[in-house]
Amino acid sequence: MPHPYIPNSAPEVRAEMLRVIGAASVEDLYRPIPSELRFKGRLAIEEAMPEEARLRRHIEGILHQNTPATRVLSFLGAGCYQHEVPAVCDEINRRGEFVTSYAGDTYGDHGRLQALWEFQDLMAELLELDVVTTPNYDWSTAAAMALRSCVMLTEKRRILVPAALLLDRRLVFSDYLGHDVQIDEIPFDDATGLLDLAALEALLGDDVAGVYVEYPNAFGVIDYQAPDVVALAHQHGALAVVGADPTGLGLLAAPGSFGADFAVGDVQPLGMHMSYGGGLSGYLAFHNDPEVLETCPAFIFAKTETLEPGQHGFGYLNFDRTHYVKRGEGSQNGGTTTALWAITAAAYLGLLGPEGLRELGEGLMQRSRYAAERIAGIPGVAGVRFSGPILKEFVITYADHDVAAVDDALRKRGVFGGKDLSVDFPTLGRASLWAVTEVHSKADIDELVEALTEVLA
Amino acid sequence: MTAQFQQARWNEPLLSELGTPGERGYFPAAPEPEIVSSVPNPLDSIPEAFRRTAPPRLPEVAQPQLFRHFMRLSQETMGNDVSIDFGLGTCTMKYSPKVNEHLVRLPEVAGLHPLQHADTVQGILEILWRLEQMLCAISGLERFSLQPPSGSSAVYTNASIVRAYHESRGEGEQRNEMITTIYSHPCDASAAQSAGYKVVTLYPGPNGYAELDALKAAVSDRTAGIIITNPEDTGIYNPHIAEFTRVVHEAGGLCIYDQANANGILGIARAAEAGFDLCHFNMHKTFSSPHNGMGPAMGASGVRADLARFLPAPVVEKRGDHFELDWNRPDSIGKIRSFVGNAQIAVRSYAWILALGPDGIREVAETAVLNANYLAARLREAPGISQPYPTSNTPIEQFRWSFEDLKERTGIGSSDISRNLSDYGLQPVFTSHHPYIVPEPITPEPPESFSKADIDTFADAVIDVARRAETDPESVLTGPHRNACRRIDAAALDDPERWVPSSRSQRSRSVVKGD
Repeated sequence: MPHPYIPNSAPEVRAEMLRVIGAASVEDLYRPIPSELRFKGRLAIEEAMPEEARLRRHIEGILHQNTPATRVLSFLGAGCYQHEVPAVCDEINRRGEFVTSYAGDTYGDHGRLQALWEFQDLMAELLELDVVTTPNYDWSTAAAMALRSCVMLTEKRRILVPAALLLDRRLVFSDYLGHDVQIDEIPFDDATGLLDLAALEALLGDDVAGVYVEYPNAFGVIDYQAPDVVALAHQHGALAVVGADPTGLGLLAAPGSFGADFAVGDVQPLGMHMSYGGGLSGYLAFHNDPEVLETCPAFIFAKTETLEPGQHGFGYLNFDRTHYVKRGEGSQNGGTTTALWAITAAAYLGLLGPEGLRELGEGLMQRSRYAAERIAGIPGVAGVRFSGPILKEFVITYADHDVAAVDDALRKRGVFGGKDLSVDFPTLGRASLWAVTEVHSKADIDELVEALTEVLA
Repeated sequence: MTAQFQQARWNEPLLSELGTPGERGYFPAAPEPEIVSSVPNPLDSIPEAFRRTAPPRLPEVAQPQLFRHFMRLSQETMGNDVSIDFGLGTCTMKYSPKVNEHLVRLPEVAGLHPLQHADTVQGILEILWRLEQMLCAISGLERFSLQPPSGSSAVYTNASIVRAYHESRGEGEQRNEMITTIYSHPCDASAAQSAGYKVVTLYPGPNGYAELDALKAAVSDRTAGIIITNPEDTGIYNPHIAEFTRVVHEAGGLCIYDQANANGILGIARAAEAGFDLCHFNMHKTFSSPHNGMGPAMGASGVRADLARFLPAPVVEKRGDHFELDWNRPDSIGKIRSFVGNAQIAVRSYAWILALGPDGIREVAETAVLNANYLAARLREAPGISQPYPTSNTPIEQFRWSFEDLKERTGIGSSDISRNLSDYGLQPVFTSHHPYIVPEPITPEPPESFSKADIDTFADAVIDVARRAETDPESVLTGPHRNACRRIDAAALDDPERWVPSSRSQRSRSVVKGD
């Protein structure tokens, strides 16, 4: 049977190919597979739908059961954010040449390699660190990879991470590191939401490989003590991994400016749709130190010269350090990650430029502050849980209402309320984490306040 | 060869060099004046020492020039949409149906937040569930997690599950060795190492695959399991695979099947019948999701029923007509990445499998094997090429052959041939993963979406380069000639004193040197 995706289906073509091969049948070509290992039945999967329109209608029918966050008023964040997606970003990352490329090299894929190098180049400026890799899967896996590098570099087996950490991040760390590394949590200050520096000092010792701090943290609080954390880690011979949301870096100090050994975060906010979490892409940056590079298999591209004077060429930077060459000897596991999102983020950073990025960060802080104050004023809201400065997220606690019940009632009014924290952080009480970004207008925030007032009344 | 290919050669400047100070490419929506006037200056809440002192050195460029720059870079990239790229063997570079690209860009996929209430994401959960059912049927295993965002991540997931299994039986410390073969993908070794295992690697015997006796000598009460590809990187199928899994089971280990590339055996042979406890499929290889320039991607991890409790959280459960994310998994290894994974990839692969159905899926495999064997037959015409190991080894979906003879005669080897294919509008041909056991290797893999004429185009080009190696070696050594850039100074990529990962690194180096 011909199929639109399978060109060599005409019997004459197949016969000619078999003739050149010298085989009687395709079945003949499967003789290396012993008959007892052959699957004898017919696969129990849904029957074929080769007509495109019918297939499309079927799948759209399933998908239409979804209510996209972008179609309602959503304040969900906690690691994936609804930001503006410039049309230019969508146009670039739908280009078939990029979308359907893969492991092509210096010559055929010159453009892809240049775009990925440009991502490294612009992110290096933003983070003030010289080496940026092709991004990892997401912020959590980038942080886990950096912390594993700390363990390999220091040959110590204890790391310190904030207690104010998203649950997903905690679970990624516990799998990737927990099997042979002791993970201790640094408490947060109950009033400000900032890291408890005195507690960090007490936890630090000569056995610590790495300390992790992030801004904003899981409560949306900009932990401006990150430079102190880095200094304390270094005093004890530990390395420092600093997480930073890139949307704040037009205004806030860059991780490299205060001595971070590694910087990590997610570039999803830089031009990626949420896609149910499929837009995540975790940047990873460090110093241009060959010893550090040896511990990290993520692809890095290098710019070089060609036979033509003045022409740029690009290629893998020291491919021998990757797991493709080292296999099971002294590196980490790497591979296909999120290159298409890196190309998109490069375009986004180029579009916004230094001024756009500053405006973005300022606008985020203004809106989130406005929304937090408005929500805090609603009867039934106990208040904004932490007093530390915020970028685009904040924690709200209710006096008596159960968070899940409030969210249910809001949903009926077309509002996706903040993420319920009462399960992940039971000590916070009836707490939820709200994200407000540049997609939210004053009218949106006012509408939310009205809906929440009704629900809590 | 007749008409010559010529790739776009724009000699684009770097993005950082575009524009002039003061230009703007995009205005993010500014907050309304009422908001701005009702809150304090945001920077007041940040201690002065934590404010950015100098703006980041990003380009200042208007939109048309920035957009054009990226369009030109796309023209200097040879994806599957524009080139015959099956030279990239082991990657399964097949056609990614365009209708699927339209589906994943619908707001019903792109606009979903991963923490939405289950009632509002029934559609995407249903797709994840339906795809899982299909993968169970294709593998014969019981449950799948779609969370791993790549093939190597899925192998790592499976290695973590094996670790959790042995820990649950009190043998976690004792069973600290993972066996693999040198012709399995390198990530099988690195994933095992990342999961905390000492890696034991088996080398091929005279038939091209590891001998059963070598495996028997390697297993012990320290064996946690085996991670193996079959057909291996070479395209050679190890016919003793069921005995391999039996030997490992008898030693108390589990068997992980690396099926990143299952394109030649879909509906033909399954993990279950060969005795595997775990396997994984790459949705971006066998199951047609585009490779996205190196991700985002998806590796689906499958397990037999009693190992399902170790899968990463959450999994999709169907209760009545309702789909839910089940987070209540006390024995789970944890999480491999945030949320449920790259859900958009699941939409594409579900659509692809559905377009083909049970018979079409099998036809995919049969055609891929036909294509690989046809290409192999054609390449026998190339001067200086040879087939390692017994010629009775019929390739499955790919094959690894050698240009050792050509290299000895002309000084031109497989990397030169590979590079020069760019001059024919083709992607280079993959040589081999490391180490190069087959000398001067090439590893092409023509999936089902390539026509006989496509395969002939590729074969003719390889033959032509190999002939030029004999008649005009200089043109091969300096090639390719008709691409976006000329031959590079590759030594600068590996030299820490010279490599350039960013402009910033160049400035730092100048400071150190006092330039």
